[in-house]
Amino acid sequence: MSDCLVDVRELTIGYYNQKGTLVLVLQGVNLEVKPGETLGLVGESGCGKSTLGQAMMGYLRSGSQVLGGSVKFADHDMFALNNRQLETIRGRQIALIPQNAGDALTPTLRVGNQIIEAIELNADLSGAAAKNRMLELLAQVHLPHPDVMANRYPHELSGGQQQRAVIAMALAAEPYMLILDEPTTGLDVTTQAHILNLLRDIVADLGTAMMYISHDLGVIARVSDRIALMYAGEIVEDTNVAEMFKSPAHPYARGLLESIPRLNLAGIPNSMPGQPPIPGTLPGCSFAPRCSFISEICRSKSPPFTSIPGPPHRVRCDNWEKVLAIDFSQELQQVFRTIEHTTEDEPAIELSGLEITYHRSGFMERIRSIPEPPATVSDITLSVKRGETLALVGESGSGKTTIVRTISGLLPAKRGSIQFEDCDLTVEVDQRPMELCRHVQLIFQNPDASLNPRHTVAEILDQPLKLYFPDMTHDERRARQIELLERVRLEGRYRLRYPGQMSGGEKQRVAIARAFAADPEVVLCDEVTSALDVSVQAAVLDLLADLQRERNTTYIFIAHDLAVVRAIADRVAVLYQGRLCEVGTVDEIYSPPYHPYTETLLGAVLVPDPDHEPKLLASDTPELAPPAKGCAFQRRCPYCMPDLCVEEIPPWQFPESDDGHKIRCHIPINELLVDQKAAF
Amino acid sequence: MIILIARRLILSLVTLFIISLIVYVGVEALPGDSATGYLGQWATPESLAALREEFGLNDPIHVRYINWLGDILRGDLGVSMVKRKPVAELIGNRFRNTVVLTITSALVGIPLAIILGVIAGLMRDKLPDVIISTTSIVAMTLPGFVTATVLIYIFAIRLEWFPAITLVPSDVSVIELLDTMLLPIITLTMIMVAHILRLVRTNMIDVMVSDYVQMARLKGVPARQIVFKHALPNAMLPTINIVALTLAWLVGGVAIIETVFNFPGIGKLLIDAITDRDFALVQGIAMILSGIYIALNLTADLLSLVLNPKLRTARGH
Amino acid sequence: MTLVAQSVEQPPRTKRRSPLAETWDNLRKSWAGMVGLTLIVLHILIATTSPVWIPRDPLEMNAKIRTQAPSAEHLMGTDKLGRDVFSRSMVGGRVTMVVTLIAISIAVVWGGLLGIVLGLVNGRADELIMRFVDALLSIPWLLIILLIVSVLGTKMWVQALTFGFTYGILTVRVARAATLDFVTSEFVLAARARGERKRTIVIKELIPNVRDVLLVDGAMNWSWMLLGFTSLSFLGFGVTPPTPDWGFMIAKNREILGVQPWAVFGPVVMLGTLIIGINLFADAFAKALGLDRSQGAPV
Repeated sequence: MSDCLVDVRELTIGYYNQKGTLVLVLQGVNLEVKPGETLGLVGESGCGKSTLGQAMMGYLRSGSQVLGGSVKFADHDMFALNNRQLETIRGRQIALIPQNAGDALTPTLRVGNQIIEAIELNADLSGAAAKNRMLELLAQVHLPHPDVMANRYPHELSGGQQQRAVIAMALAAEPYMLILDEPTTGLDVTTQAHILNLLRDIVADLGTAMMYISHDLGVIARVSDRIALMYAGEIVEDTNVAEMFKSPAHPYARGLLESIPRLNLAGIPNSMPGQPPIPGTLPGCSFAPRCSFISEICRSKSPPFTSIPGPPHRVRCDNWEKVLAIDFSQELQQVFRTIEHTTEDEPAIELSGLEITYHRSGFMERIRSIPEPPATVSDITLSVKRGETLALVGESGSGKTTIVRTISGLLPAKRGSIQFEDCDLTVEVDQRPMELCRHVQLIFQNPDASLNPRHTVAEILDQPLKLYFPDMTHDERRARQIELLERVRLEGRYRLRYPGQMSGGEKQRVAIARAFAADPEVVLCDEVTSALDVSVQAAVLDLLADLQRERNTTYIFIAHDLAVVRAIADRVAVLYQGRLCEVGTVDEIYSPPYHPYTETLLGAVLVPDPDHEPKLLASDTPELAPPAKGCAFQRRCPYCMPDLCVEEIPPWQFPESDDGHKIRCHIPINELLVDQKAAF
Repeated sequence: MIILIARRLILSLVTLFIISLIVYVGVEALPGDSATGYLGQWATPESLAALREEFGLNDPIHVRYINWLGDILRGDLGVSMVKRKPVAELIGNRFRNTVVLTITSALVGIPLAIILGVIAGLMRDKLPDVIISTTSIVAMTLPGFVTATVLIYIFAIRLEWFPAITLVPSDVSVIELLDTMLLPIITLTMIMVAHILRLVRTNMIDVMVSDYVQMARLKGVPARQIVFKHALPNAMLPTINIVALTLAWLVGGVAIIETVFNFPGIGKLLIDAITDRDFALVQGIAMILSGIYIALNLTADLLSLVLNPKLRTARGH
Repeated sequence: MTLVAQSVEQPPRTKRRSPLAETWDNLRKSWAGMVGLTLIVLHILIATTSPVWIPRDPLEMNAKIRTQAPSAEHLMGTDKLGRDVFSRSMVGGRVTMVVTLIAISIAVVWGGLLGIVLGLVNGRADELIMRFVDALLSIPWLLIILLIVSVLGTKMWVQALTFGFTYGILTVRVARAATLDFVTSEFVLAARARGERKRTIVIKELIPNVRDVLLVDGAMNWSWMLLGFTSLSFLGFGVTPPTPDWGFMIAKNREILGVQPWAVFGPVVMLGTLIIGINLFADAFAKALGLDRSQGAPV
């Protein structure tokens, strides 16, 4: 047996598309994983990460084929084995933990039985022994009440619990190697931090090798010893964690790291223009069209995978010496562009005592007089000034989207009011005058869903123009479309494209242009960057900041990524279960004193820095509904005081008497401040 | 879960009520009335008036409807004035014959459809799938009387294996009936298998590319176990309701097949009743067929409620 | 997101094509689809032009040549009344085609519109109407058609309306289900948040997306209608004799199936090729549009 557990040699995988042309997914990938090593595989969407991960298990997506090279796992040539031989390796020696655990569990089988199946197949136990092992595994992944959980069906578990169950399944036979394909993407930050801690512990205990696939450099920094960076189906850089983050040698690595918003640096990061080509379609370096270090040779000849002297470090770039000559940490400080805000004093939007509920009392409930459950969103009083960006922050279920949809008139408010300047926004959209509709525009998270796939960009932009400016002639509208496209930095020729013919970033720009076609006063941004790759995200944030300055537009910005919020917001409102916890300027929110929930969120954030360790305060127990009385955060709060917090709604406290920083907590500010300063 | 079941039951009853309304009004709208049907060519204005008086045909339609509904709820389907017999008696054995015909076809057809559907789904676009799928399109979309006629030509006229036309009274025993029922059963089974297998095939294809089947593969589960433990139950769940709908739809169309084979069933009786303007008989048969339809749907709903963990635990906690 | 590798992101294609042109491209590649389309076109041509070129008058009876086997004179032989089966088979689909084609247009329009509106409204009115739709669907389809035709007679326009109405009920369900997939989608939410009127949302946002589903459903429904209409003729409630009609021909000529099978096979082959053609086309059409054709019975 060689000293490598996995040895991928010159692996090329491709498929034939509908038109019969060959599309490469991987081209000439070389990668080794040693026993017990944890390797992070990073890259943007579509670069071939998952294909590589599956290839290590001898699995190909249907239609794909190996065009060259080999994969050796524990000296087995994975693509030379038959199905029966593969069955004895998969699960037993190498196991997968997939991204969406909810979809990866068979819906008609109980969770415990699915784990027992893996144990029986791979760990040679059966009957009571297998059942005991299953309970042991569930306890090992810290699922509460293993015996109860084992009897549940997958849909009865929360996202975090499903992920833990899948991890337990993968550990059934204590395999030599785990492949983790974005296992925490889509989970809340606190859940993510808990699961990553669990994985670290397991790997340390069992000595399992691990390949962790992710697009998130913060996650990768947390779990890996070594990092391999992929771009357009190739590994472009491969080195240990410290080297990768301190002195990346590939221009793509630098671009990627520079485009990530940071908690500790204010302002908007650098963006990287362009997008990856289809592997193998460029004669020279795949990254050449986007590279700022480009030289003559880059366009004609594909660069070799070169070793850099010093610690193990390989890079696929001819100009790595030039790249390394520039000190990365200094460069990083300079790329952040702070944005100038021109906030006016008069408020644009004012919410007072807003309460929203999805609950409709049914007939049965009315006759049995069951009390109404607590409202989804309650007691929201907030004011947003003209030209300001207010961020709403919180985990899933915090009511961010509900609030924004109520402001836009898609949901009815149950109590309280929404004011826009002098107008009442509390009514639903079909009762608002058209002029008022025009002033409040909404941008959604996923441009794939928010643009009608049957309309061209011109038709999409025409809709608000026709609706709000009925006097415009056809030619005026056409001119306006081109102007709008230019404002979102797209060329006029995009008018004739359908959404399916554009990249994610381009589609989101069109969605932004559609909102700005109305010439709005207030733009509601619902997670507008979270469906985009990091390199695109920075450019969209930058665009939003510029557009805001042009007309002094007011933004209400929803995000779950606290670093993104840091980059773009003036003020932040932290929400938990539809209740406000803390409101303040960005600086106030990101430094003590914090509300215990803010502290929990900030502590769980993963930073692209291998030396950073997240601080886990509260548990990640999911909550389905807000408590009927007392503090909203009582059940997860590490400082919860038994009687006070459970019984009474906490008061607002004002750390500095003047500028509106307020924290809703029973613990006196001074105590919070002392504890939190000591902790950091 | 009990609330869910109760709600389904109430909905079914509401639907049945609406149906009774539509059926009654629809049939009453037919030209002529039972009295003309009863007296036929011997009708004189006087005798018609007398008869109408006797049977309450002069009452306003809503009164007649309520009386009729009341009778039905008491299990009385009324009297056929054309045949001068109680409707229940006319339907009696013919209903049994139709039930025997459809149930036998279902018992053969459903398992066969599942097996063929799974095979086609697993071998998608390969030769067995192409053969199964194409045959099923033909069997499903050709009108029943065409399929039946072709079968009669091949098996009864050319090969002389079965009698071409059933010529038995409606009250023979089931055993005697079976002998003459083979061709109708084959025809009905073919149509049914075609409908259901196409559905099973589609669901099987969907399930086989699902994340959980892929996960099972990567977990090292053997192929056979993947199909039977992970894929099949999930492919069957959405099929249950459609199977019920298909069966019910075929019961509605069984009249044609019964007519082709001159089979003494309820469907042929319905066609005859419409031709004869036998109002009470049409109404009675229509209610029975609709009732079967609703019962099948309800059974399917309850069955999926029991078999689908997602529905079963919907209000569990 | 699947656990399979996310699809490789395609860079924007330089060649811009409308979705319709792309559908045609896909359709052209399907062997079965083209066979189906050819069969349909052939049938439409026969139905429109046959009176001009058929060798015999389809109504002409001749007692001397009753129940004759196929010959050079009579390609498919003659029936019991000595009429030319080939000529009758060629023209025997004219009424059926006209009635069903008008009916299918009615069904797609009224069923589609009602379904889309119900999907968008999605409230009390929707629930009430869907109850009625379900109730109508629970009554055997043959009975509904037989009742309406018995009440209103067998005129062509009556039959077209009857079939359009009855089969449109199926379309209501299909259109409503398809609409429900889109009403919660973000592009409809975006239109609502903009303050667009319901009518604009139906026309601009919903119809373009539901259109494909309705087209495929219409093609499929056409074949079910043919099944229904010929069944009606078979039972003697369809086309009034002596007008030649496939269903009625099959019903009558069954008596001489043993001696002159071609009297039955003529109409069977014609009807069969049309229905199979429609289905081959509908399948390929659905695939070309990227839809999975729902495979169930028309319930």
